[in-house]
Amino acid sequence: MPWTTIEVEKQDKFFIEDDSDKSRVISYKDALYEALDQSMARDSRVFIMGEGVDDAAGVFGTTKGLHEKYGHDRVFDTPIAENSLTGIAAGAAMTGLRPILIHSRMDFLIISLDQLVNHACKWSYMFGGKVQVPLVIRTISARGWGSGAQHSQCVQGMMMNVQGLKIAAPATPYDAKGLLISSIIDNNPVLFVEHRWLYKTMGNVPDIIYSIPFGKGAVRRKGTDITIVAVSYMVIEALKAAEKLILQNISAEVIDLRTIKPIDEDIILESLAKTGKLLIADTGSKTGGVASEISAIVAEKGVHLLKKPVVRVCCPDTPTPASDILEKAYYQDSETITGKVIDLMK
Amino acid sequence: MQYNEELIEMYRVMQTIRLVELRIEEEYKYDEIKTPIHLSIGQEAIAAGVCLHLEKDDYIIGTHRSHAQYIAKGGDLKKMIAELYLRKTGCSFGRGGSMHLIDMEAGVLGSTAIVGGNIPLGTGVALAAKLQKKAAVTAVFFGDGAVDEGTFHESLNFSLLKKLPVVYICENNSYAINSHELNRHSSKNIYKWAEGYGIPSCQIDGNDVLQISDYAKKAVLSARSGEGPAFIECITYRWKGHIGTVNDVGEGLRPQSEYDYWISKCPIKWYRDYLKGIGLLDEKTEKAIDDEIKQAIKEAFDFAQGSPKPSPDELLDFVYSD
Repeated sequence: MPWTTIEVEKQDKFFIEDDSDKSRVISYKDALYEALDQSMARDSRVFIMGEGVDDAAGVFGTTKGLHEKYGHDRVFDTPIAENSLTGIAAGAAMTGLRPILIHSRMDFLIISLDQLVNHACKWSYMFGGKVQVPLVIRTISARGWGSGAQHSQCVQGMMMNVQGLKIAAPATPYDAKGLLISSIIDNNPVLFVEHRWLYKTMGNVPDIIYSIPFGKGAVRRKGTDITIVAVSYMVIEALKAAEKLILQNISAEVIDLRTIKPIDEDIILESLAKTGKLLIADTGSKTGGVASEISAIVAEKGVHLLKKPVVRVCCPDTPTPASDILEKAYYQDSETITGKVIDLMK
Repeated sequence: MQYNEELIEMYRVMQTIRLVELRIEEEYKYDEIKTPIHLSIGQEAIAAGVCLHLEKDDYIIGTHRSHAQYIAKGGDLKKMIAELYLRKTGCSFGRGGSMHLIDMEAGVLGSTAIVGGNIPLGTGVALAAKLQKKAAVTAVFFGDGAVDEGTFHESLNFSLLKKLPVVYICENNSYAINSHELNRHSSKNIYKWAEGYGIPSCQIDGNDVLQISDYAKKAVLSARSGEGPAFIECITYRWKGHIGTVNDVGEGLRPQSEYDYWISKCPIKWYRDYLKGIGLLDEKTEKAIDDEIKQAIKEAFDFAQGSPKPSPDELLDFVYSD
């Protein structure tokens, strides 16, 4: 059994409340599938490539059966050559197609950085905007079950440093669908960051095709005492923490950034103006990561709003251990967030 | 085009590349071309012989040493020279410089300064053509250093797997900067690697434009008719050092005897003599061609030198496409 399935099956079907159409509830996984299916039906330029995208599992169900519906020209398996595949996808994007390249582990993205960073993300600028590179790279991270240092990384933080790249990191089914569609219709390279532990998350998702703008965060829970800015799977942990904090009479506001490049700075600063306290939760490592960048934004533009030092809840600066005991110490969750908030409120 | 006209056209292209680069060399000392340049002097036959067989809608994608290919594919000379001068009127609006030349209307998709980086991109362009059922062929140019990179091997495997309309052109000038090929490969047979992937491959004299043209014609035709990729290794020599206008011979980098041998094999001199021998070129035609080229070069340099530079407030333009 694939390791991620076991861990994901243990996850509860967390339900995300939002303002969207309440008529239908589906999972994050099904929302991703629907975004791909509807995008492929809508636009014949869209195609999917990657290791195992047309196998029986279909990238944890998100591409399952699409090759039967759209043909092997548009959904095809590839050699294990992440770097050149990225260049091949970028080359196809430069001349009129809209490729979606999938890495079933985010760790594999790192092999492809030459073609992504040196080429795909530079081509527009280097040639004065004469070429567009509408390329989507889907990556899936996970945690747990001894996956260790090379099968569980969340490197979105390091990718924020890449000029010319956009990064989406949806936490809800609504955003998974809408942002994947936005990424496909965008004329730039987009890194689409998924977390396996979100795949069972349930939420309201309209059955129509829709997009969500980049750089617009969402307040997932209103609060007055502290701002928790969370990314990707940590949104779920932050919402669970906010629920626990009520028992301590602490009202936490939870902000889901949705995209981390660009970042919605206003939503952070507006919340901070109200609460004066900030905790940032990311699935990646602490140093030079998403939380560092948000801290820097606040230091530049909102230091006068801070009543207490910023707190970062991230993975420590160590490779991921395989031992379940060490994993527990490594990963941050709602307990960690709750504890840090209580400390901060003292 | 009639065969005789094609023969003259190849001469005109080679001579254009040579005279443009000699003018660049002459101007470089004034430090107005503030970008690294990589000259193709001595290698002109390859671009001329290959691009003769490409249509306007076919793409080429090159490297840091791509002046020759840009010119041979019909790229706008004024915009190229303006790019070398990093002007707003340059083909990349001054964002790219000599190593990043583009002319989408002529099918020049850009060039990379990362060795081997254009090989997957060109392969992807060919994939797009195939998926869109277009008859376009992509020619990917690179040097003998690029074949050291994984991208070369990964892309060749993929192109055959998908039977893509792509022609890989290896301009083997024996040196990756100053590293001789035999310090990097166990033998001088790059084409056998391509052959190992199952791709029709050959190793030919890269200074013989007729041979290049013959092989390129077949390769392009077969790619266009759905037969899949082809690989052509052209053995040649760059007269100048890796970068700039320096002559590095006799400085312990390249032996004088090797250099002298290749100078004696000048692709343009040989071809000019050949055309004269078969009665296609005489002094008068030669002069007419030269005059026309020199006029175009003068116009291009005047245009470039008289063009405005980008202004600082444009710095952030083009990072993203709308």
